Amino acid sequence: MFESLTQRLSSAFSFLGSKKELTPENIEEGLAQVRAALLEADVNFKVVRDFVLRVRESVTGAKRVGGVEPSQQFIHACHEELVRLLGPEDARLEFAKSGPTIVLMAGLQGAGKTTTVAKLAKRLMASEKRRPLLVAADVKRPAAVEQLKILGAQIGAQVFHEAGLAAPEVCARGVEFARKHGLDLVLLDTAGRLHVDDEMMAEIAEVARRVEPHQQVLVVDAMTGQDAVRSAEAFHARLSLSGVILTKLDGDARGGAALSIQSVVGRPILFVGVGEKLDDLDPFSPRRMAGRILGMGDVVGLVETAQSQISEAEAQQAYEKMVLGSFTLEDMLAQLRMIQKLGPMKKVLGMLPGMSGMAEHIDVDDRRMKRLEALFTSMTPRERLHPDSIDLSRRRRIARGSGQDVGAVGELLKSHKAMQRMMKEMNKLGLGARLGAKQKAETLRQMSPTGELASGSAGGLFGGGLSGLSGLFGGGRPSAGGMDLPGKLPGGSGPSGGPFRGPGRRPARRPRRGNGGPVRRSPAHGFVRDAQVRVETQRETEAQEGQGTLESPPLCSRERGRPTPASPQDLRLPPAFVSATRLSFLAHGRRHPHEAHGPYQSALLLDLGL
Amino acid sequence: MGLLDRLKSKLARTRETLTDGIAGLFRGGRPIDAALLGELEELLYTSDLGPVAAEVTQALARAHQRGEVKGEDDVRARMREVLVERLDARGGELELSHRPTVILVCGVNGSGKTTSIAKLGHRLRAQKKRVLLGACDTFRAAAAEQLAIWASRNGAEFVRGGPEADPASVAFDAVDRGLALGVDVIVLDTAGRLHTQKHLMAELGKLERVVAKRLPGAPHEVLLVIDATNGQNAIRQAREFTSAVKVTGLIVAKLDGTARAGAIFTIQQELGLPVRYVGTGESLELLEPFDREAFVDALVGAGLQR
Repeated sequence: MFESLTQRLSSAFSFLGSKKELTPENIEEGLAQVRAALLEADVNFKVVRDFVLRVRESVTGAKRVGGVEPSQQFIHACHEELVRLLGPEDARLEFAKSGPTIVLMAGLQGAGKTTTVAKLAKRLMASEKRRPLLVAADVKRPAAVEQLKILGAQIGAQVFHEAGLAAPEVCARGVEFARKHGLDLVLLDTAGRLHVDDEMMAEIAEVARRVEPHQQVLVVDAMTGQDAVRSAEAFHARLSLSGVILTKLDGDARGGAALSIQSVVGRPILFVGVGEKLDDLDPFSPRRMAGRILGMGDVVGLVETAQSQISEAEAQQAYEKMVLGSFTLEDMLAQLRMIQKLGPMKKVLGMLPGMSGMAEHIDVDDRRMKRLEALFTSMTPRERLHPDSIDLSRRRRIARGSGQDVGAVGELLKSHKAMQRMMKEMNKLGLGARLGAKQKAETLRQMSPTGELASGSAGGLFGGGLSGLSGLFGGGRPSAGGMDLPGKLPGGSGPSGGPFRGPGRRPARRPRRGNGGPVRRSPAHGFVRDAQVRVETQRETEAQEGQGTLESPPLCSRERGRPTPASPQDLRLPPAFVSATRLSFLAHGRRHPHEAHGPYQSALLLDLGL
Repeated sequence: MGLLDRLKSKLARTRETLTDGIAGLFRGGRPIDAALLGELEELLYTSDLGPVAAEVTQALARAHQRGEVKGEDDVRARMREVLVERLDARGGELELSHRPTVILVCGVNGSGKTTSIAKLGHRLRAQKKRVLLGACDTFRAAAAEQLAIWASRNGAEFVRGGPEADPASVAFDAVDRGLALGVDVIVLDTAGRLHTQKHLMAELGKLERVVAKRLPGAPHEVLLVIDATNGQNAIRQAREFTSAVKVTGLIVAKLDGTARAGAIFTIQQELGLPVRYVGTGESLELLEPFDREAFVDALVGAGLQR
């Protein structure tokens, strides 16, 4: 069976995870798995060969870093190498200093050039206030010009075309037109062509010669196989490519083509197409991409989304609610809305580590969220603040008001009760305090997919969130929680260790980059924005100190006396939901104090029963 | 020029790298050993054979141990044998057993559906069939216009819906009109959809059901268009499309480049879908019935040896 790269790497890494030391033998075993995984992900075999060589070098030569599991070190090396191969972070389209910036878009048939032209124009109109001209230079495919005209009208951009002319001539006149009319961006939409079609390749070279584009962009289908290298080479030989746009990345393609093309073209990937709508064009981030490939999920992306969508005030409010320990239906509604802001559930799920593979198999119905919201909004404010006042007659009214049956109201109240109870217990117990420092260290190690996020506070969220989510999708998927997970991310029902990815590993290093965030009140306050940076520096520190003590100082004053060891089983999660509050804390660099004990126990467990 | 030769010349580029590669492996009289087999496996990967590459290599290694494979020619012959075996013999030209035969064509975005339909229409017209093309892609800008142009070039009947019309209703109308006109073949073009998008896959299922409502038993053929340049993802596409509609066969488009479409081996093995046609060029007549022997010959260059 075809396994996703993520799954393959996961199994490779879990193999390594069972070993205490990196030996030549288990390195080879791990590398063999990585090789097979990358090949199956359509990475060109030469690229794979180089990749394996480099990883072997860096792993074999490297001193064991204290306190870091060998498997982590291995994964870290893979990740670093992937990131390096994928090119620079934050590559941007450079604009001409004067006159219109001319961008030539080239690619094979069906790569998505025309759609991408429209998406790019729309994006640059909004973010850079550019006035684009779309030049329809695909004179080959029937109705291609028509297509661009329709798209142009949709985004409000001018489209240039003159019938009966050859492509180079159309482009030259288009540029002339833009100059005359003061348009400062010209996007040349050329015909799709096969890289072995000499005539057509000569044509595009002629276009490049005539109009001297500032940017020559190759548009590549993310699903491309081994051929990616050959076609990219051919285009690169005829043009001087300045960047790449990867399309159709919203499918389940693993992005092997991205790696291959990078190795050939050596130019940054500028954007990725992630959907059918004209807004679905995202900047490319190699770190995120590598994370996605390695099964770390798009944690960075999710946190970024949370940051931009959930305001600090909202986070603060939710935070206070939690501290006060009162959790009303009103709060639950607020949470629901926060989650909805993050985008369609499916997208959110896909961003979680280990969930990307699963997301495609789960039918998440966003309408269900709407129905839930309707239940809440059919209540009076008083009812939301005092759920106990909702008697049978009120239930009937709420059901009628929301167009659902009384059972649905009951369900909602029940899950609210359960969450409320759970939070109370969490507050009381502070379960985490019962774990010994050694166990914490062990748990931390087990949790780490790559070491990158090992202690990042994101881990707390996503470890927990993940388990929660797996529970969320019901018992029908017993393996779901741990299915995809690299290393030993515990599943909802597995021996869980998630809680202790808390930020308190190195409190001495705080405060870090503040960014004007709120004053952090205790060492336990994390700062996810810097998760990556923090881990990096931390790893350095560890390397310098040459000792691997992961033992953290008391995380919180609650932890007193000699802690009683608790079995990891105690930390098992009930069906739960990734908490929007938690996301917002992360986004705004704040943590719930109880997270220090056991992040997801004290998280809001919104069992919305999707 | 025979069919086999034509396909072979079209696949010439495909052949070059791989066969040169195989010849290259044996250059200097290298013996067959683990290193050589490893390199051979890598070569097979470049044809997008995926896991099949390892299986073929292992089969070779076993044969070598038994002393059945000695030199370059044996390797080629054995590879050819193993690969041909894996392809469905049922492939090739469609049999139009119904009148009208309704053919539904689907695939991911940009795989080459509309162009393949144009070519198929051309082919059917050349066989003196009366053809109707239905433009059920109501999503992509100017998709219907594109098909309309092809229809008029082919002399085929054409049915389209308004912008953003329900694709299923257009399909219904197309079949309806086809029945009224008494055409031989009705080919329905659908919007490209990524196989991961559940709602779009459901839409396709609906389209299939609605067609059956107008004409019981239709669509008689559901052809999935696979882009030859796609790698292992093609397998996932086939899997998802097969679970959404009853796919009966494949069209492999864009086989005139350097891509090999090796993924079809796994697709056949797993889903048993015969390849009906391959697209081997830009002009209208370049849609050829699939011939597994010719395909594999072109892949391993065994045809040259005889």
